Amino acid sequence: MTEPIIAIDKVNHYFGKGNLRKQILFEVTTTVDPGEVVIMTGPSGSGKTTLLTLIGALRSTQEGSMKVLGQELRNAAEGQLVGLRRNVGYIFQAHNLLNSLTAKQNVMMSLELHDQITPTEAKEMAEGMLEAVGLQERMNYYPDELSGGQKQRVAIARALVSNPKLVLADEPTAALDKKSGRDVVEIMRNLAKERGSAVVLVTHDNRILDVADRLIHMEDGRLESYDLDQEPAPEKAIALG
Amino acid sequence: MIFAIPLAWLQLKRETIRLLVAIAGISFAVILMFLQLGFQDALFESAITFHKNLKGDIFIISSQSTALIAMENFPERRLYQTYGVPGIKNVSPMYIGFGTWKNPFWEGLPKSQTRQLMVTGVNPSDDVLDIPGFTVQARNEIRLEDRLLFDSKSREEFGPIAQKFPEYQAKGELIRTEISNKQVKIAGLVELGASFGADGNVITSDDNFRRIFDQRQKGDINVGIIQLEPGTDVLKTLDTLKATMPGSLRVNPKLTPEQAREDFIIGDVRILSKKGFINVELKYWQEGTAIGFIFGLGVAIGFIVGIVIVYQILYTDVTDHLAEYATLKAMGYKNRYLLKVVFQEAMILAVMGFIPGYLLSSGMYVLTRNATALPVGMTTSRGVFVFCLAVIMCLISGIIAVRKVQDADPADIF
Ligand SMILES: Nc1ncnc2c1ncn2[C@@H]1O[C@H](COP(=O)(O)OP(=O)(O)O)[C@@H](O)[C@H]1O
Ligand SMILES: [Mg+2]
Repeated sequence: MTEPIIAIDKVNHYFGKGNLRKQILFEVTTTVDPGEVVIMTGPSGSGKTTLLTLIGALRSTQEGSMKVLGQELRNAAEGQLVGLRRNVGYIFQAHNLLNSLTAKQNVMMSLELHDQITPTEAKEMAEGMLEAVGLQERMNYYPDELSGGQKQRVAIARALVSNPKLVLADEPTAALDKKSGRDVVEIMRNLAKERGSAVVLVTHDNRILDVADRLIHMEDGRLESYDLDQEPAPEKAIALG
Repeated sequence: MIFAIPLAWLQLKRETIRLLVAIAGISFAVILMFLQLGFQDALFESAITFHKNLKGDIFIISSQSTALIAMENFPERRLYQTYGVPGIKNVSPMYIGFGTWKNPFWEGLPKSQTRQLMVTGVNPSDDVLDIPGFTVQARNEIRLEDRLLFDSKSREEFGPIAQKFPEYQAKGELIRTEISNKQVKIAGLVELGASFGADGNVITSDDNFRRIFDQRQKGDINVGIIQLEPGTDVLKTLDTLKATMPGSLRVNPKLTPEQAREDFIIGDVRILSKKGFINVELKYWQEGTAIGFIFGLGVAIGFIVGIVIVYQILYTDVTDHLAEYATLKAMGYKNRYLLKVVFQEAMILAVMGFIPGYLLSSGMYVLTRNATALPVGMTTSRGVFVFCLAVIMCLISGIIAVRKVQDADPADIF
């Protein structure tokens, strides 16, 4: 049995202090295996983004155990968190590209963090990745010269170019129309599968649930899991879209 | 491979208008600092042009004198007391006074235009001034009654003397005018330059000087000029004078022992090396007036204006890029990288603002030199100094603006 990429055990999370302290996540427990594509659904405000930021080491884990890429994040030092972030690919709802950089430079930014990659290699890798997402004609365009779908494809290229073991995506299709949303998710899934990257994808869009190996559902800070190979997605999860 | 993508420069370049505004603002601050420092240096420089052009090694002035515009008299015999000292080749008395000059070409009504100028009386046998036009022939001219040499670099309010002079000379005539209501004739032109204390200069013989300033007792002089034999040690000669001149010795306790060798008081006179004489004048303008303070204030204002402008630009820039910076942090960039970006932006702005500021200031120096006859010009040391100020200015702004980077929270971007 291979070790899971993510192992979450009884994670609780609270926001606010004193009287305003409010529990958002309740004993969240799940695992994600290497190369697995997991989609997380759930109503707005149920805690999906919060869980994703905990997995991605963007927020400190307060209670329970959060192991990502074999590393326990609870009580981890800031340096360890920064180190982990370098090995995770992020795709955001808003593309969050750097507006002063071209598509290619944006992709290269995520390679600059890896000291063993030379600038020439970084350039070649970035070009290869942009080709893979179908943007070979747009490599030297600035973000404001690209459409929403193209920008999100640059973001995918940026997240995947360093071959991370884990990709986290939070509603990456929310700002896109149906067709380009579907394209973006398929590109992401195929590239992740090719490279053996695990993906945790938060979405509202029930038309793309079929790209997932497994579906997890968040409701009021509690997690339920369905294995799509064994059973069809339950009505509750699908109805959300 | 931190510098493969020069993010600081790319971000600045992307916001062209903002970059231009920043460059203009920094140039403005740089120009302000250059002009203030340039004018200050020019005023101090102009104050000592006269001293620098004196041909002498040791100078004697009254112990009461503080500057050229405030020269007290002392008896000529004090100068001749130095004669026996070995190494002294020649001594020469000099008279300095301020008289009212009448512009001979003034055509306005109703009164003639008058203005104060500095009158210097020299012994026409002695070559004591190192200025163009002060030739043996010119010195012979001023032996004649009421004749004097006019400084062609005097301010133009004194009349177009230099322009008209050749015309008159061709006709065999001399320009006539009055100084303090005494008739004088212009026998030649010299080049000395206006100073802070004197807008214009004329040079004449000791006898003619006493004719203009007829209150002055014969033998009451203002500067004693001592010329040494070539190769004589000035400091050693000063030491001998210190030991042999009659009168009680006094030294300004604030001077270092080295300075005190070149600047001491014996009885009613102060004995100085050339450097010491120049320092007396400089000290008067630097410490005895508010000039240094006023120009210093001007530099400080330029500096602060620069800080505010650069801070505004950097702060806006960081604020605009906050989401992007948060993204970079999420990708695993450290805070340090972002701080570096902000400081690089500050440095780029400093350099890009300094260059046009430097060029424009050099141009303005030329314009000012032509308009005011003040010896103002760009110097390497001032260029380096202002560049350092510009860099410090941008660094301070960077230090204030960079705190905003801490606000970039990677948890906020999903
Ligand atoms: N930084 C925060 N401070 C306080 N409350 C927060 C913060 N972020 C999210 N919340 C609250 O936590 C709950 C879950 O939010 P979130 O994880 O963003 O939900 P989802 O992504 O499923 O829509 C919401 O009630 C939200 O108001
Ligand atoms: Mg959310």
